[in-house]
Amino acid sequence: MPRLNSATDLEKLRQEILAHRDPNKPCVTICSGTGCHAYGSEKVADTFLNEIQSKNLQKKVDIRRTGCHGYCERGTIVVIFPEEICYLRVKPEDVPEIIATTLVEGKIIERLLYEDDDGQKIIHEGDIPFYKHQRRIVFGPNRFIDPKSINDYIARGGYAALAKVLSEMTPEQVLEEVKKANLRGRGGGGFPAGIKWETTRNAPGEIKYVIVNADEGDPGAYMDRSLLEGNPHSVLEGLIIGAYTIGAHQGFIYVRQEYPLAVENLYIILEQAREHGLLGANILGSGFDFDVMVHRGAGAFVSGESSALMTAIEGRVGEPRPKYIRTAVSGIWGKPSNLNNVETWATIPLIINNGVTWFTSIGTEKSKGTKIFSLVGKVNNTGLVEVPMGMTLREVIYDIGGGIPHGKKFKGVQTGGPSGGVIPESLIDTRVDFDELTKAGSMMGSGGMIVMDEDTCMVDVARYFLSFLSEESCGQCVPCREGIYQMLKILNRICAGQGKPGDIELLEEIAEVVRDASLCALGATAPNPVLSTIKYFRDEYEAHVEKKRCPAGVCKALISYYIEPKKCQACLICLRNCPAEAISGGKNLIHIINQDKCTKCGVCLEVCPPQFDAVVKLSGVPVPKPVAIGTEVKRKRGEKSE
Amino acid sequence: MSEVTLTINNQKVKAEAGTTILEAARRVEIDIPTLCYHEKLAPRGACRLCTVEISKGQRSRLVTACVYPVEDGLKVETESKRVIKIRKMLLELMLASCPGVKSIQDYATRYGITKTRFDVEPSFCILCGLCVHYCSEVKGKNAIGFVGRGIERRVVFFPDIAAEECPKCGECFSLCPTGVLPSNYALARLPQFTYNNIRL
Repeated sequence: MPRLNSATDLEKLRQEILAHRDPNKPCVTICSGTGCHAYGSEKVADTFLNEIQSKNLQKKVDIRRTGCHGYCERGTIVVIFPEEICYLRVKPEDVPEIIATTLVEGKIIERLLYEDDDGQKIIHEGDIPFYKHQRRIVFGPNRFIDPKSINDYIARGGYAALAKVLSEMTPEQVLEEVKKANLRGRGGGGFPAGIKWETTRNAPGEIKYVIVNADEGDPGAYMDRSLLEGNPHSVLEGLIIGAYTIGAHQGFIYVRQEYPLAVENLYIILEQAREHGLLGANILGSGFDFDVMVHRGAGAFVSGESSALMTAIEGRVGEPRPKYIRTAVSGIWGKPSNLNNVETWATIPLIINNGVTWFTSIGTEKSKGTKIFSLVGKVNNTGLVEVPMGMTLREVIYDIGGGIPHGKKFKGVQTGGPSGGVIPESLIDTRVDFDELTKAGSMMGSGGMIVMDEDTCMVDVARYFLSFLSEESCGQCVPCREGIYQMLKILNRICAGQGKPGDIELLEEIAEVVRDASLCALGATAPNPVLSTIKYFRDEYEAHVEKKRCPAGVCKALISYYIEPKKCQACLICLRNCPAEAISGGKNLIHIINQDKCTKCGVCLEVCPPQFDAVVKLSGVPVPKPVAIGTEVKRKRGEKSE
Repeated sequence: MSEVTLTINNQKVKAEAGTTILEAARRVEIDIPTLCYHEKLAPRGACRLCTVEISKGQRSRLVTACVYPVEDGLKVETESKRVIKIRKMLLELMLASCPGVKSIQDYATRYGITKTRFDVEPSFCILCGLCVHYCSEVKGKNAIGFVGRGIERRVVFFPDIAAEECPKCGECFSLCPTGVLPSNYALARLPQFTYNNIRL
């Protein structure tokens, strides 16, 4: 590949790539993102390749392994272009039929299509409700691109923004655009990227750095992962534009070692970019030099904090340091360093290509553009969704997410990862943007959205997040190390039925100090899960502490299973299924749970036939005295034992 | 170096630009409590006990005095209500983790803390890090360091370096506010092994 020496060279290459591509030639795209990969998308793709070869169709059909499409619930996703026929839950066994029926005969396979609630089949990916309500400007191109192919990216206009910036714009002009776009950091803080860039740009010193923060560590969040795995060139393009604007010649991509595919893709695309003259010396013949190093994280959540991340890049233990002098002024090795999140960088080329007016037309007054969320938990359509800022939580959860499974009631949604908070049902019409979520006691964070139904215990939720944070605290400062630990101990106690009067108030007291006195944002936001659940679900805490009752029936120490003697039909099902052998009884004998042996796994409740409905979960009330062992079931005349 | 004027507890204080609030306060004998600060070492803001309330204009903020650089016109309250609340909680937390350490007991008394509401799980080390940072910053040896994260954080001697360096030095022993460090070291020291008459 000859180097590209100008914007014209890039455009010429794009035209060449397009000239070799027939837009009407069928192209089978197979989602190879993390979710689909787990479903076995690799096998599906291999089967396609083999079948196409054995049928000698290579010249007639293209196969492409793309990045994550987002609808992870229904993987493996296969979309056939140009018609955009979308098949869901595709297995390797389905492949021969897809080739014979759809690719050869041009017919649609109904059973692989999406079916809506009315039984209506939907052919096109974009018409499926999950996608229809989204606005996928950053994440959308994933589904067209093979992440390992720079040609795919260039064919879709990739690096055009970089070419424009280098050939037509001064760094000052780019900065002005980013500032006017009011792009706020997607990593969680929501700090305006343009202002951060300007600080680094104006900070004294010759050597400056730009960094991609890809240390995504929130439980259940994988937006950044999917971008790096699915469309890594877009992140790199944004980074190079940032470097040019700020005046940096060295960049870093801090990526978690736990994301092997992202790491692999990054090494590949950096090499491709260098070969094309898009990275290294004299980029696109502009005289601007810039290169990037990949730094693999060693698995600490706190390393996603900017100063900790920079300390880690320096080769030391990734612990935060006080930031009274901002990292934008004194970062890696004391040099001005501009850190932005994966999604922020990937948004930059879009702003340059489509203009500030277009970008600011999306979103709310103070939060512009879109945001990718990982919608997970008790929701029908789990996956990655990209929505314009300002969409309500209700729209995200019901219109896109398809509501709560099994007809359960919605209880709350945790946004912002472990440092965020739970937003209750009464605030489900909250608009999703940086300021509204903060006002509701939670935060945008990097974009985790965990939906919870009525079977979720809020004390247990707070306990879970605190146990995560207590393990991930670096341990440097007292409030975070000792404070989170003591809060966790209190929550463990409450969940174990040993809560004491005053515990809730003590939690609030510690939380306030941890929030106000911690060294970094991990500690400062750690009390959020506790404070927000106490704020909106205090009654649940009180039930645990005062009545030793877990209203959601989750905390094992506070629940018991009981077989109602009048309802038990002695069918033996629960007795046989109990893993603890805690159920006694026999044919025609009423079954009894031995409470001392019971491990509260809940299997008896699950297996008891619905027409009997004899097993109940109790909390906060004493278990009734069992009937005498050997009591016979009283049956009405004519009834038979099961 | 230029000089700035700030107000600490209503007292006008002059300080050199680039120095910290803690240094400025100590020069005029305003006592801000610290556990992890030492004048020979770079401040780290780890114990948070030196948290003070600062304001410039309307908005007030909580910052750690040992790291925060002085500014002209800055108003500092070293014993405000919010500050005292924080110190009390921090001391109560530390009384649970290291109740036997004199400096913590003394500060607890100063702030009227007589007992802790938390379960006491006593440890000798208060994790101030003075020994660790002295060894790396002043001696450049790194014979002692932190291991573990969060509540698992510990100070350990690295036997291979410690066996070589510590017998000649031992300077960190006198820095340790707990007085327990020498015995830790004794436990960590590499005994001299012999095997088949070959000294290892």
